[in-house]
Amino acid sequence: METLLQQIVNGLVVGSVYALVALGYTMVYGILGLINFAHGDVLMVGALVSLQVVLFVQKTWPALGAFPTLLIALVSAMAVCMAMGYIIERTAYRRLRNAPRLAPLITAIGVSFLLQTLAMIIWGRNYHSFPQLIDTTPLQPIAGVFITPVQIIILLSSACLMTGLILLVTRTKLGRAMRATAENHRVASLMGVDTNKIIATTFVLGSALAAIAGVMFSTNYGVAHYAMGFIPGIKAFTAAVLGGIGNLGGAMVGGIVLGLVESIGAGYLGSMTDLCNLPVWAQTANLQETCSNGGSFELLSSNYQDIFAFVILGIVLIFRPTGLMGERVSDRA
Amino acid sequence: MKHTLIALAVLGVTSGLAQAQEVVKIGHVGPLTGNIAHLGKDNENGARLAIEEYNAKGVTIGGKKVTFQLVGEDDAADPKTGNIVAQRLVDAGVKGVVGHLNSGTTIPASRIYNQAGVPMISPSSTNVTLTNQGFATVFRTMANDAQQGSVIGKYAATKIGKTVAIIDDRTAYGQGLADEVDKAVKAAGGRVSSREFTNNQATDFLAILTKIKSQKPDVIVYTGMDAQGGPMLKQVKQLGITAKFVTGDGGCTPEFIKLAGTAISDAAFCTQAGLPLDQIADKTFKDRFKKRFGADVQIYAPYSYDAAAAIIEGMKAANSSDPAKYLPFLKKVDFQGVTGEVAFDAKGDTKYGAITMYQFKDGAWVALK
Amino acid sequence: MNELAEAVPWLGSRNPKAARAFVLALMLIAPLIAVMAGNTWVRILDFALLYVMLALGLNLVVGFAGLLDLGYIAFYAVGAYTWAFLASPHFGLHLPFWMVLPLGAFFAAIAGLILGAPVLRLRGDYLAIVTLGFGEIVRIFMNNLNHPINITNGPQGINMLDSLHLFGWDISRNLQITESFRINSLVLYYYVFLLFVVGSVYVIRRLQVSRIGRGWAAIRDDELAAKAIGINTRNMKLLAFSMGATFGGVAGGLFGAFQGFVSPESFSLMESIAVLTMVVFGGMGNLGGVIVGAVALSLLPELLRSFALPVQEAIFGHVLLDPEVLRMLLLSLAMILMMLLRPAGLLPAHARYSKPELATAGKGKA
Repeated sequence: METLLQQIVNGLVVGSVYALVALGYTMVYGILGLINFAHGDVLMVGALVSLQVVLFVQKTWPALGAFPTLLIALVSAMAVCMAMGYIIERTAYRRLRNAPRLAPLITAIGVSFLLQTLAMIIWGRNYHSFPQLIDTTPLQPIAGVFITPVQIIILLSSACLMTGLILLVTRTKLGRAMRATAENHRVASLMGVDTNKIIATTFVLGSALAAIAGVMFSTNYGVAHYAMGFIPGIKAFTAAVLGGIGNLGGAMVGGIVLGLVESIGAGYLGSMTDLCNLPVWAQTANLQETCSNGGSFELLSSNYQDIFAFVILGIVLIFRPTGLMGERVSDRA
Repeated sequence: MKHTLIALAVLGVTSGLAQAQEVVKIGHVGPLTGNIAHLGKDNENGARLAIEEYNAKGVTIGGKKVTFQLVGEDDAADPKTGNIVAQRLVDAGVKGVVGHLNSGTTIPASRIYNQAGVPMISPSSTNVTLTNQGFATVFRTMANDAQQGSVIGKYAATKIGKTVAIIDDRTAYGQGLADEVDKAVKAAGGRVSSREFTNNQATDFLAILTKIKSQKPDVIVYTGMDAQGGPMLKQVKQLGITAKFVTGDGGCTPEFIKLAGTAISDAAFCTQAGLPLDQIADKTFKDRFKKRFGADVQIYAPYSYDAAAAIIEGMKAANSSDPAKYLPFLKKVDFQGVTGEVAFDAKGDTKYGAITMYQFKDGAWVALK
Repeated sequence: MNELAEAVPWLGSRNPKAARAFVLALMLIAPLIAVMAGNTWVRILDFALLYVMLALGLNLVVGFAGLLDLGYIAFYAVGAYTWAFLASPHFGLHLPFWMVLPLGAFFAAIAGLILGAPVLRLRGDYLAIVTLGFGEIVRIFMNNLNHPINITNGPQGINMLDSLHLFGWDISRNLQITESFRINSLVLYYYVFLLFVVGSVYVIRRLQVSRIGRGWAAIRDDELAAKAIGINTRNMKLLAFSMGATFGGVAGGLFGAFQGFVSPESFSLMESIAVLTMVVFGGMGNLGGVIVGAVALSLLPELLRSFALPVQEAIFGHVLLDPEVLRMLLLSLAMILMMLLRPAGLLPAHARYSKPELATAGKGKA
C-alpha cells in the first residue's frame, strides 16, 4: 500500500510537469493547427538560462536567500523564453501559415535542432549540476510516503498555473479572442480580432509555461543539459494528443494520466508479468530453478517504461481517434 | 608534429648514408569530439607519448632505423563513423592501431581491421564480446567487464550486504556490466532482489527506486554513466532508502559527485578498471605526460601508452613492421610497461588486469586497499 | 531518371539526352573516382546509396500518399534484424540472401500493415505522433528482448552477420582478377547497391504512374474527394504503408550484410528524422529530388569532417566548431530556410501526377 501511494505521488509530480509542457503544445495546436516541435527545447533553454542566472546571482549577491535567487532566475528565464517564442513564431512559422501542412512541421523540427545546437555551443555537452536552492531532502513521511518540499511546490504551482490559464482562456477578452482565432482565423479577423497578435501572444504564453516547467524540472532533479528538452517534449506532446490536442483540460488530464501510467507501470508491470507468480506457467516453462530462492522471470519490466506512453496513446486513439477529451471532428475540420 | 619533424631531422643526420630512413605509421582512434572528447584526447596523447619516447630512443627494425608516426582519427563515439575512420586508417597504410575508446565503436571496427590484417589494441574497450569474436588481430590492455563485474558483485554481496538490486541503463556498456555483476553476486552467495532498467537520457528514477525500496535490498548497483548515476543517488536519498550505492567506472568521476550534490556520502562506492595513477608501476609517467602535453592524465592514457608500446615491442621482436609478420610476436610480447607487466592471453585480453574499488570520502573518490 | 537528368544544372533543360547520359556516367564511375581519394569515400558512397533507398521508400508514404511517417526507420530495423537472425551465428542460421532479403522485405511489409491498420482513421498530426511512437516501440523492443529470454541480444547488438553472397561469390572479399588487378569489395558493394536502387526507382516509377500511384496522389491532395470518386482509401493507405516499408526492409537487410553488425542504436528517432529531412530537402514526391537530397545530406557530414577542421585550423588557428556541431547547425538551418524559401524542396515535384499527360514517360525510357 505504501508503495502504491508512493508511486501515485511520483506519478503526480512527473505528470504535472508533463501537463504544464503539454499545455504549450495544445495551445499552439488549438490556434494554428501546428505541432510546435521546438516546445521541449524552449523548456531546455529556460532551465539553462535560469542556471546561468542563479550562478551569477549567487556570485554577485551571495547574501540573497534561496527564494529570491530562484525568483530572479525564474523571471529572467521566462523573459528570455517569451522573447524567443515570439521570435520563433515571427521568423519561422508566420510565413508558413498557409503553406502545406508538412512544411511548418519540418521547420519546427529544424528550430528544435537549431536550439539544441546553439545550446550545445553555448553551454557545452556536459551535464550541469543545478544548485539546490530548495530542499530536496524528504519531509517526515506521511503514511510511509516520502515527499520533498520541491515536489510540493511543483504540485501546487502547476495546479495554480493551470487554473489561471483556464480562467484566462474562458473569462477574459484575450481568451475570447484566442478561442475565436482557433475557431476560424478569417472570421475572427473580420470581427476585429488582430489574429497575428493573438497568435504571437499564444506562443509567448506557451513559452513562459515551458520556461517555468524547465526551472521546476532542473530544481527537482538537479541537472541541466542541452538535450534535456527532448524527452519531456515528446512525452508532453504524447500527453497533449492523449488528452485531445487543442483542448486545455485534455492536456492536463493527459499529462497526469501519462505520469501515473509510467510510474505505476514501471513499478508493477514486472511482478504482473512474472511467470514465477503463476505456478502453472512456471511449471510448463520449466522455471522451478529460476524461481527458487526468490528469483523471478519477468517478461516485461521497467525497461519498457518509455513505451507505455505510446502504447496507451495507440489504444486510446483506436477507440477515440481525437483523444480522451477531444471533440469529434469530421475529416474536413 | 613538430617534435616528430625534429626527431626525423635529427635521426636523418645521425643515421648517415648507410641506413635508409623508414617511417612506420601507427593509427589511433578515439572520440575527439562529443561528450567524452576529453577522454579521447587523453588516449591519443598516451599513444603519442609512447611513440615519441621510442623515436627518441631509436628503434632499428630489419636493419633499418625506423621512425614511428601517429595518425590520429576521430570516431565521435559513433559506430558508423568508427567504421569510416577505421577504413581511413587502413587506407593510410597504418601498421597497427591503438583504439578505439568505446566498446560500441571498437567491436564493429575490429572487423575492418581484421579483414585488412591490421593488429589493433584497445586501451579502454571493456566489453567481453570484443575479444570473443575470434579475430586474431584484436587485443586490449584493460581489464574487461567480466573482471570488473565480478569485483563489483563480490564486493557488494560479501562486504556490504546480502541482497543486491541492479539497475542498468540499457546501453551496451551498462547491460554488459550488469549481467556480469548479476552473475558475480549469485556466485558469491548473494541474492539479486531485482533487475531494473532505465535509459541513458532519463532523469526520473523514482518509479523504479520505489519498487526497489519495497524489496529492501542492502545494496543498489547502478551500471551506467555519471550523468544518470548522480541524480539517481539523489533520488535514492529522497525516498529515504538506506541501501548502499555502488556504480561502475562510468560513475567513477568527479562529475558524479557534483551531480549527486548533498546526497553523496561514504555509502557510495565505485570501481575503475586499472590502477589508481599513484599506484602504476612507472611513477614518473604522470610527470612526463604533464610535461609533454601540459595536461593531467584523465584515465586511460597509461593503457594507451602500453598499447602503442606493445605494437612497437612486437615489431622489434619480429624484426619487421609488416603486420602479418609481427602479429605472431605481438601475441607473445611480455614486457614492463608503464602500468606494469604487459602480456596477452590467447584471446587477446590482458593477462594482468587490475580493478580498483573506490569509496566516497571528503569530497572525492578514494581508492580502497 | 528523367527527373534526375532535369536536375543537372544548365544542361538539364537544354539537352535532356546529354544530361541523362551524364547522370548515368556519373553513377557508374562515381566509385572509381572516389577510390582515388581512398576506400573511405567508397564506403561513404555505399552508405549514401542505402540512404537513397530509404528515402525512396519513405517518399512513397510521405510524398506520394501524403501520410506523415516519423517512425520509418523501424522498417529498416526489421530488415536488418531479419538478416541478423537468419544469416549470422546468433541463431546459427546462415540462409542465402535470396531468401533473407525477401523475408526481410516481407516482415517489414507486415510491420507496415501492423502500423497502418490502427492508424487509418487518424488525421495528419495524430498520425505523426503514433508513427513516431511505433518507431520507438520497435527500437525499445529490440533493445530489451534479451531478458529474460535472449532474442535480439539487446543493446550489445548482433555481430558477425554473413556478408552478401551472390551465387556462391562473397562480395565482401576483394575480387582478384589478375595478379596485379583486383576490384575492391567496397566498389563491388557499390554496384550491387546501385542495382538495387535502380530497381527500386524502376518499380516506384511504374507504381507512380499506375492506378495505385494516382490513387495515392488523389488521397494526398484531397482524401474526401478521393473517397467520393470511388478510391478505396483504406486499402490504398495500407498499401502505401506496406509498400514503403518493403523498401525499408530491403535496405535494412543490405545494411546488415554490409556493416556486419546491427545494434538498436542505429535505428533511433534521429535516423527517422534524418531520412525525412532528406526527402523533404530534396523535394517530396520527386524521385530525382529525393535521390539528390539523400546523396547530398549523407555526403555533407563527411565532407565537413574532411574539410571543416583543416579550414578552421587554417583560418582561426584552432577548431571553433567541431564537425558534428557544424553539421547539426547547417542541417537545422537548411531545414528552416528550405521550408521558408523553397517549401517544395530542392527539386520540386511536377505540379500533379494526377494528370496522366505529365506522368507518362512518353519522351523516353524512364
